[in-house]
Amino acid sequence: MRFIFKTKYSQDINIAKHNGDRFWYSLLILIMVVLPLVLDDFYLGEISYICILSIAGIGLMILSGYTGLASLGHAAFLGVGAYTHAFLLTNGIPFYASIPVVIIVSFLVGAAIGIPILRLTGMYLAIATLALGFIAEHVFIKWEHFTGGNRGLPVPQPEFLGMSFYDSVFFYYVCLVFLIAAMFAAINILRSPTGRAFVAIRDSEIAAQSLGVNLGLYKALSFAISGAFTGLAGALLAHYIGYLAPDIFNIFLSLTLLLLIVVGGMGSLHGTVFGAIFVGFLPQLIAICRDYLPSSIGSQPGLEPMLFGLILVFFILYEPLGIYGRWMKIKLFFELFPTYKRQTFKKQKVFTKSDRV
Amino acid sequence: MQLIQLLIDGIASGCIYGLVALGFVLIYKATETINFAQGDILMLGAFVAYSLIGILGMDYLTGFALTVLIIAVFGFFLDAVVVRQIIGQPAFATVMLTIGLGFIFRGFASIYWGTDIFSFSTPFSGKITEFNGLIISYVNLSIIVGTAVLMFALYFFFTFSKIGVAMRASSENQLAAYYMGIPVKFIFSLIWSISAGVAAVAGVLLAPITLVDTSISLIGLKAFAAAVLGGFGSIPGAIVGGIIIGIVEQLCGTYENYLFEGVREISAYLVLILTLIIYPRGLFSDKAEVKKV
Repeated sequence: MRFIFKTKYSQDINIAKHNGDRFWYSLLILIMVVLPLVLDDFYLGEISYICILSIAGIGLMILSGYTGLASLGHAAFLGVGAYTHAFLLTNGIPFYASIPVVIIVSFLVGAAIGIPILRLTGMYLAIATLALGFIAEHVFIKWEHFTGGNRGLPVPQPEFLGMSFYDSVFFYYVCLVFLIAAMFAAINILRSPTGRAFVAIRDSEIAAQSLGVNLGLYKALSFAISGAFTGLAGALLAHYIGYLAPDIFNIFLSLTLLLLIVVGGMGSLHGTVFGAIFVGFLPQLIAICRDYLPSSIGSQPGLEPMLFGLILVFFILYEPLGIYGRWMKIKLFFELFPTYKRQTFKKQKVFTKSDRV
Repeated sequence: MQLIQLLIDGIASGCIYGLVALGFVLIYKATETINFAQGDILMLGAFVAYSLIGILGMDYLTGFALTVLIIAVFGFFLDAVVVRQIIGQPAFATVMLTIGLGFIFRGFASIYWGTDIFSFSTPFSGKITEFNGLIISYVNLSIIVGTAVLMFALYFFFTFSKIGVAMRASSENQLAAYYMGIPVKFIFSLIWSISAGVAAVAGVLLAPITLVDTSISLIGLKAFAAAVLGGFGSIPGAIVGGIIIGIVEQLCGTYENYLFEGVREISAYLVLILTLIIYPRGLFSDKAEVKKV
């Protein structure tokens, strides 16, 4: 058990709470930086993809995990980011100018979606975002001038800092830098008054309102910030995929993002990375499952959605705090050893909360 | 005349949306949770009917009744074993759980029955009747009549039977219902089974039109529009909402040239979004069910 002895007020606002944190996170970043020396291109590509998923996960986590607003149509933001980026690059805008534009555009789209539907709560919001996701997918198909419609849109891979995006080592570093930047931005947003307001809204709207939080403004802001992060991830995803087709940004991608934050752990930024690693390696996991199952089941195309659903149900029922929650339990076990009590994390008995007035 | 023809087709497909929406509404009224897997239960119903009627060669009506029974029992245990465990958790958990269940059902159906498109013969297939120049197919007629019969049955059940009144009581106030000696948990599972049974009816009635494959579960998403339009808490509202959605879809499909291309596929979602923005209470809601900020 570590006791932090506080001697200065500034210690309270440090990102790293103690030297142990500082050491381990520096080590992690160092390992990530030297990784290209060890791994080959395939694994670098996979890890770049996981970085992109993490950035998108941060976006959804701010909205769902921290503000408590469910979104079942988040792939739309990925689509907005990806198409805007590809459109700008095609028209000769350089990479470093395109990314800020993408972030601003997705921020505005998020605000534009957030403002009309922020009167809705709970499941009404879930349904509305689901419908918006479908409408967005349809817009991507029909707005051919901008998206190329069903023919798709090739993503230009421009030179940046004298390097090409075809170079997987360079692309890996770009993704890593954006992930670290997004992480820092998210941590700082969440410990600012804005982030505290988000958490207050999540825990009790009435209490937040009584403390002077403007619910409408902060919900719209949460949508906009979430959209900005997800749009950035979309821009990187455009480079990763290389050729945009509207059916990439379908409901299944939205649900994959939700799976990411649920498996990672709702309400923790660590969870987004854990979840992204899980979701990133899920196809490989399924491939391994296929090998072990009898071929009559293993070769079925329905196996993927079935496993997807089973994992989701399993986590919701048995580990609602996700992988990060499990990690916290393991950490506490060793910190308190041998006095760890299972009851610390016992699910409390709860009664149905009514939304009715 | 063409307009009336369109209205009839719209009402028939709208009845299906209405039946699925009815399933949402029953569960929502009672437990304040939404079953995102309703469309997948409909799909299971259609597949079970295919197995019984198409493969085992049962009589249509017997197969129909048996399908509804099987799916209703399935719905009962779905609540009693799985969904009940997360009572009291935030709405988000239920949404995710039922979405996950929907994926499991869809995966199971495509593993067990395969991804081909199936059909089975019904007494209505291919028959039409003409009335003043209107062409009405027996399939559409069966849907409309089936929905009407089911509505009346449910109405009498909820108004006159003891269990029906107990259901209304427990959805009005859980705690008070407990105090009156109503077995609320059992009642909730029973409501899930009715809702699943209604979805199965919709699935069997729909099967001759869309044929049977895993993609019909998407109807569940359009039925959300019907439920929201009808006020998400009102049983007649669900059916009326469904019929409106069905008609709007038909009209959008026919007059697509005057609107914009592809409006038919998203018309239900547009109606849904507009309802939520302009009049989130819905048409038939008796009290303000949506919290306003």
